[in-house]
Amino acid sequence: MAKQYETVIGLEVHVELATKTKIFCGCSTAFGGAPNTHTCPVCTGMPGTLPVLNKKVLEYAIAVGLAANCTITQYCKFDRKNYFYPDNPQNYQISQLYLPICRNGSVEIETEAGKKQVGIHEIHMEEDAGKLIHDEWEDCSLVDYNRSGVPLIEIVSEPDMRSAEEVIAYLEKLRMMIQYLGASDCKLQEGSMRADVNLSVREAGAAEFGTRTEMKNLNSFRAIANAVEGERERQIELIESGQKVVQETRRWDDGKGESYPMRSKEDAQDYRYFPDPDLVPVVVSDEWLAEIKAAQPEFRPEKMARYKKEYDIPDYDIEIITGTKRMADLFEETVKLCGQPKKVSNWLMVETLRLLKEKEMDPEEIRFSPEHLAGLIKLTDEKAINSTVAKEVFEVMFENDTDPEKYVEEKGLKTVKDEGALRKAVEEVIAANPKSVEDYHNGKEKAIGFLVGQTMKAMKGKADPGMVNRLLKELL
Amino acid sequence: MDLRKLTAVELAAKIKAKEVTVAQAAQAVFDCIGEREKLYHCYVTVDKEAVLRKAEEIQQKMDRGELDGPLAGVPVAVKDNLCTEGMRTTCSSKILENFIPAYSAEAVRNLEKAGMLMIGKTNMDEFAMGSTTETSAFGVTRNPWDAKRVPGGSSGGSAAAVAAEECFAALGSDTGGSIRQPASFCGVVGMKPTYGTVSRYGLIAYGSSLDQIGPVTKDVADCAALLEVLASHDEKDSTSVRREDTDFTSALAEDVKGMRIGIPRDYFGDGLDAEVKEAVRKAAGILGEKGAVVEEFDLSLVNYAIPAYYTIAAAEASSNLERFDGIKYGHRAKEYQGLHNMYKKSRSEGFGAEVKRRIMLGSFVLSSGYYDAYYLKALKVKALIKKAFDDAFAKYDLILGPVAPTTAPKLGESLADPMKMYLGDIYTISVNLAGLPAISLPCGKDGAGMPIGLQLIGDCFQEKALLRAAYTYEKARGNFGTPPMEEKTGKEAAALSLQEAGHQTCGGASANVGCVKCSTEMR
Repeated sequence: MAKQYETVIGLEVHVELATKTKIFCGCSTAFGGAPNTHTCPVCTGMPGTLPVLNKKVLEYAIAVGLAANCTITQYCKFDRKNYFYPDNPQNYQISQLYLPICRNGSVEIETEAGKKQVGIHEIHMEEDAGKLIHDEWEDCSLVDYNRSGVPLIEIVSEPDMRSAEEVIAYLEKLRMMIQYLGASDCKLQEGSMRADVNLSVREAGAAEFGTRTEMKNLNSFRAIANAVEGERERQIELIESGQKVVQETRRWDDGKGESYPMRSKEDAQDYRYFPDPDLVPVVVSDEWLAEIKAAQPEFRPEKMARYKKEYDIPDYDIEIITGTKRMADLFEETVKLCGQPKKVSNWLMVETLRLLKEKEMDPEEIRFSPEHLAGLIKLTDEKAINSTVAKEVFEVMFENDTDPEKYVEEKGLKTVKDEGALRKAVEEVIAANPKSVEDYHNGKEKAIGFLVGQTMKAMKGKADPGMVNRLLKELL
Repeated sequence: MDLRKLTAVELAAKIKAKEVTVAQAAQAVFDCIGEREKLYHCYVTVDKEAVLRKAEEIQQKMDRGELDGPLAGVPVAVKDNLCTEGMRTTCSSKILENFIPAYSAEAVRNLEKAGMLMIGKTNMDEFAMGSTTETSAFGVTRNPWDAKRVPGGSSGGSAAAVAAEECFAALGSDTGGSIRQPASFCGVVGMKPTYGTVSRYGLIAYGSSLDQIGPVTKDVADCAALLEVLASHDEKDSTSVRREDTDFTSALAEDVKGMRIGIPRDYFGDGLDAEVKEAVRKAAGILGEKGAVVEEFDLSLVNYAIPAYYTIAAAEASSNLERFDGIKYGHRAKEYQGLHNMYKKSRSEGFGAEVKRRIMLGSFVLSSGYYDAYYLKALKVKALIKKAFDDAFAKYDLILGPVAPTTAPKLGESLADPMKMYLGDIYTISVNLAGLPAISLPCGKDGAGMPIGLQLIGDCFQEKALLRAAYTYEKARGNFGTPPMEEKTGKEAAALSLQEAGHQTCGGASANVGCVKCSTEMR
């Protein structure tokens, strides 16, 4: 019988924090911008400059640590990681080695196999590097320091995961948690969340871990899952053929479905870490810690349980709506305004999801306000507009956060309630469509649908369909 | 009236009283520079035209009543490791010979706010690493008391400039004695304030946890006045301290009655020159006569200070100097193959021998496997030294001792034996390790006529006690006098400036930046 192997996986996840300014200076963290425009003497490493810690970075790091059940290091320090590279203006990165802000946490994940705890070894704060652009035409490299000094946290897990499914569940869980905290938007494609996968295999039941490799360049969940599978297979093949797994860093090429060695342990650099003398130790007071704790938001599991109790909406809706903080906030605020959870949920589940998909947008990019959605629901409740018009108005609102009441008013979309005018239109439709009238009288019930449609068309969609139906039946 | 004989405070009073204009004060300094700079080489960069324009600006502001600080209008020199917007800042290193900062150091801005007139940038040991100003890439500075001798270092240019009357006061930086020791060798006053008192923002770091900017002046009153200008809380420096007691001039009183002064026996052991010992003891006696209670005690750990200091300072320096890589500013090798070769060549060409030695030492003590044995152990020694001082300050208000074991050595004597040079820092470095304030002031001359320095050390934030004791001693001592420069600025000077090592690197420096010799020719 073939040997059974177990995959052992630990993750290092970098998350870019959503602060307005950089970790050690006042420059903007905004994405884009012409090269070297979001820079100052500090984040370009000019001689004589000094770093000053952005308090918000610390607050976010602590909040994430608390959400991941970590112990917060109330006396923590920053260390310098020394290495030469042009994207790193000081040739050292300010990070944390000896006393990271958070340690010893865990998060619960759920897969087909059930629930499981994944240990968090530590979370530390550090600064991002700049970006190198290689100009092949001029045969030179240019450096853009706009990203230099953007705050990051690195979340280091214990080697507790055993499959790609668990890895994805863990990442989804972290992402959800951090998004709920508002600490980051966690977009893998844009690099605001980056994961390095440490993986080894061992025979099932073995006590020791095998030799591990580290995989980089993983910028989607799919790539991560593929890389886990690919690397597992590569290592098993090596072992089966009597070769050894080399401890090294590998780069995953998702297009080719293969990985390539980047550097081995032998060329591992000595980073000569030591406490940064330019930054004083950070002391987190009990009071401040308590304040951050008290301000923690309701996370998804609690939110789902509460929705189940408070709102009469299907479980599936709850799952989708709590899937992003943006959607959940929008739902709750709109319900607060109009008191109709079912209708709000319908608008979000049907039209909102449809348009998001059509326009390839994330829920975070939703522009319309809870006030306007509530306004639209009110218009339909009052039968001031019919459902067709409502959908039309919603599309406009989705696009520009237009006030539905004003829009309906300006465009004259209100349902015509003047029975005289409607009766006249119905009479005209009957007169103009003798064939359908005859079909109807011959028992073809469906013919009335056509006549309703014709009437609505004549009324430019602004008629109440119930009223049209009643009048048609009456006049036929 | 010979302006050059005035102290900074006296000159400021005359400017304020409209007896002297700012331009006249500047001209007095340029006259001295013209006469003496060729020999002493205190400056790396002087831009006379810009200074004269600035003098006019300050004068107008004073005339409009917008500036009335106690040092407004006074010409001041700045050590060349403090960033000055628009004026090159070299750290006396080839690697920064063409570096022009985009901003000014906070200490320099404080000078500007006080209406002081910056004359130029003073020479120093490369990146402040050295005790003689001989490691400068732009030539040595000479001691105005004897041009065959070093001015001390690393703030040798600043101390020599004050002694040679090429400025009325100067800024230095002190990592292990770099203000106090040259002040001692040049017969002027120098103070290293409590760590955190003067913002380090814009000071090109050597050993960040030890570096502190401070004044180099003609007397104690000037020292207090200049420190008052420099001290400020700065949000750009995390290690900057918010202090309410920065009215240092209020401490200038002749009163040491009941002041408890401790003399560490450990500071008077082997290696201390007999004449220095004698002069320092005599100074202690004078303070005793004035009412201070002076006694001897054992400070302990003195011998551990040097290895701890060179471990910590070198470790921090090895990291601080990584940014000088030829990528963003400074020297880049002309020919290279690939990135790593560019780093290697640029840094090999740009740094001098002493800087390379300390970068290697620092990289070694931080490297994996040695960190605990060296760096961490040095930090523990540092903590123990602080503790020893805490114990001492439980008994004494001040500690008194020599600044250096000897007076200024001859040029060329020190670099041949770096260990001996490092040992010369024995009385000054523990002050930096403990973050304490200390002042150096002249207390006598040796047989060769070279100045001897007295060091007073205070507990953290006790600059006022230091100033009071120093002021009292200075008054009792009487006028220390100025160097016998007239005798040496004639034939001997010309001979010295031509034959010796002084300006030999000038020709080597590229034409656009030049060195002091070139820049002073702008006169």
